[in-house]
Amino acid sequence: MVFEKVKKLIVEQLGVEEDDIQMESSFIDDLGADSLDIVELIMALEEEFSLEIPDNEAEKITTVGDAVEYIQKNT
Amino acid sequence: MQFKGKTAVITGSSRGLGRAIAEKLGKLGANVVLTGTSDTVLKTASELEEMGIKVAVVVGDVRNADDVKAMMAKAVESFGGVDILVNNAGITKDKPMAMMSEDDWDTVLDINLKGCFLCTKAAAKLMIKKRYGRIINVSSVAGAYGNPGQANYSASKGGMLGLTKTAAKELAPRGITCNAVTPGLIESDMTEILPEDLKRKYLEKIALGRFGTPEDVANVVAFLASDEAGYVTGQVIDIDGGLVM
Repeated sequence: MVFEKVKKLIVEQLGVEEDDIQMESSFIDDLGADSLDIVELIMALEEEFSLEIPDNEAEKITTVGDAVEYIQKNT
Repeated sequence: MQFKGKTAVITGSSRGLGRAIAEKLGKLGANVVLTGTSDTVLKTASELEEMGIKVAVVVGDVRNADDVKAMMAKAVESFGGVDILVNNAGITKDKPMAMMSEDDWDTVLDINLKGCFLCTKAAAKLMIKKRYGRIINVSSVAGAYGNPGQANYSASKGGMLGLTKTAAKELAPRGITCNAVTPGLIESDMTEILPEDLKRKYLEKIALGRFGTPEDVANVVAFLASDEAGYVTGQVIDIDGGLVM
């Protein structure tokens, strides 16, 4: 399941508790990410799901749900 | 200083400063990735290889994001990553500003400044992951202080200085440093074409009384690329024999 995989990556990248990650969690406001963390997270998602997220799409991904949705639509 | 196991991408390394920098880093143990827009870079690559340097080479244009991607991909595929990026590719198209065509402006800005941005962006992604990186931008005294006939060139090189400082601030949290060097009058194809009387005029202003050599520049770049320079970032170092103080 995409959400589970994304959750695992977020735990690894941001060092947050799995229970704190909801679909509506904002990476910056709720999960304490900074802008470089998001760059790294996007790269990790690209690797995990073998896709390339263009910059103009990446900047729209601000919540966990955004990421899950993007991946579901593009894989 | 030694660079064993480190990989450096040096743009515009067919000849001149880029070649000297590649040779210096390579002799100190780095794997070097050479880039250039013509087949000349292939010849340079085989010459460096003959010196026992580990070389990969990409023919490509720093203005083109796909070409830049190919440069970084080559480094990853040949040597497993990028530790050092030297943004050296650059051209001049000198003319008094009143006579300068828009085309001359755009071309110089695209190669010198946009190329620097594209390469930095692509390499930074790899460096962020590694939490290590050294980015060195080869700017020019013209970028810091201006130079008649070089509106386009000096603007591009001045732009690189801003880019250097922003990259230094943005990437510092991931262990990446970014610095610039500003060579003055260096013996190269770019200064070869200067009229004799202008060369003499410059020589009078250079405290050390001689033009620099590509090796003079390579030595400073090598320091900034080394582990030893880990506490230096966002800085601009003149390599001009005391032309400006």
